Amino acid sequence: MNLFIIFISAAIVNNFVLAYFLGICPFVGVSNKTSSAVSMGMATTFVMVVTAIVSYLIFAFVLVPFKLEFLQIPSFILVIASLVQFVEMVIKKVSQPLYRALGIFLPLITTNCAILGLALFISMREYNLMESVVFGFGAGVGFTLALTLMAGIREELELADVPKGFQGAPITLIVAGILAMAFMGFAGII
Amino acid sequence: MDITMIIALATMGGLGFVFAGALAIADKKLRVEENPLIAKVNELLPGANCGGCGNAGCYDFSVKLVEGKAPVNGCPVADPDNVKAIAMLLGMDSEGAVKMIPRILCRGGNSEAAKKLADYYGPLSCSAMAIVSGGSKLCFYGCLGGGDCVTACPFNAMVMNENGIPEVIEPLCTGCGLCVKACPRNIIEMHPEDRNVFVFCKNHDDAKTSKSLCSVSCLGCGACARKSDGGVEMQNFLGVINYDKLDADKIQFEKCTTGAIQKIDVKS
Repeated sequence: MNLFIIFISAAIVNNFVLAYFLGICPFVGVSNKTSSAVSMGMATTFVMVVTAIVSYLIFAFVLVPFKLEFLQIPSFILVIASLVQFVEMVIKKVSQPLYRALGIFLPLITTNCAILGLALFISMREYNLMESVVFGFGAGVGFTLALTLMAGIREELELADVPKGFQGAPITLIVAGILAMAFMGFAGII
Repeated sequence: MDITMIIALATMGGLGFVFAGALAIADKKLRVEENPLIAKVNELLPGANCGGCGNAGCYDFSVKLVEGKAPVNGCPVADPDNVKAIAMLLGMDSEGAVKMIPRILCRGGNSEAAKKLADYYGPLSCSAMAIVSGGSKLCFYGCLGGGDCVTACPFNAMVMNENGIPEVIEPLCTGCGLCVKACPRNIIEMHPEDRNVFVFCKNHDDAKTSKSLCSVSCLGCGACARKSDGGVEMQNFLGVINYDKLDADKIQFEKCTTGAIQKIDVKS
């Protein structure tokens, strides 16, 4: 039950993008098309789950025993950067079209604050390994959900008559704000 | 030295070493062999990733070039010498590449469209003018003179002349088409640089109205279309050129009283 609550909390109630406003760069950058939004979401979900596992292991079995908790940020960054490199290699090997569709945003997962936020939340809330995995997966699902919703809205928005000054990023941020307010409605459910 | 610091250094160093090793092994196992031509072609492209060729970026374009799926002259911004070098690399011919040039299809500057609707004191920008009552001119189809195209041009190839109409400095123009997008009145169009017949007007008003607005407007009389065999079609009081059927010799330029349709000198 506890795991289920962690999952729902990370995916919907405390959605990384719409409640914490983490990872806004890919949220604005890759939400033009639903198809690439979904693939970006899946790549990020994968990185999040693996980051959750590896950063938990490093925190619990390297940093805590040596009393080096103050090194968590640099070591998590190291973990994330290496993982993203690895994921990039795998995607390039497995699917060239997906590699090209994700483009610059794939290496940019490295600097996505949602991932670092995830690793820091895990150590801060003292999750165990199973909880960390579920938390990482939930956060990834929430990220994918936010990105896909946004992409759907933006595809409709293409046809709307937006004033010139609001076209592009401004209207996207306004829509993101409204979407975030809608997600506040979930606040009471857990 | 503090023992914590040594442990910290050793731990971070160790972690870095482990990850670097893992990545090195993964790189060996997962390396994707690429055609070395792609990197060479990519180096010759501007690297601006402007998307002017219709691809996701310069790298994407160079992959398509090497695969033969894109034309050598597909990049509107590349230096002609580099295009030739790419064609050499790929064993292709770069001849037949016709440069595209923007043409400003309005000649109604301040002296031609002299009567004003009102004086405009707002920000000097076409998009602002278009929102506020459509600028100061009476013609609602012509150039606003705010210079949005001049601002949009990244190559300084556009200037506003004294008459309030933009001009293209052809040697500087790369044909990127940003000025076309900047114009709220859609009076700038991209044409091959050797194309020489244009209707320099976009006004759809009837003859009486358009004559009262501007001295160089197209009245919609149809004199140019009459013997053109479909080269010029009249659409709602405006002559529109159909370049597929156009034969410049059949058009009676002298019959146009306002000089809206013209044959211009182009370098061939």
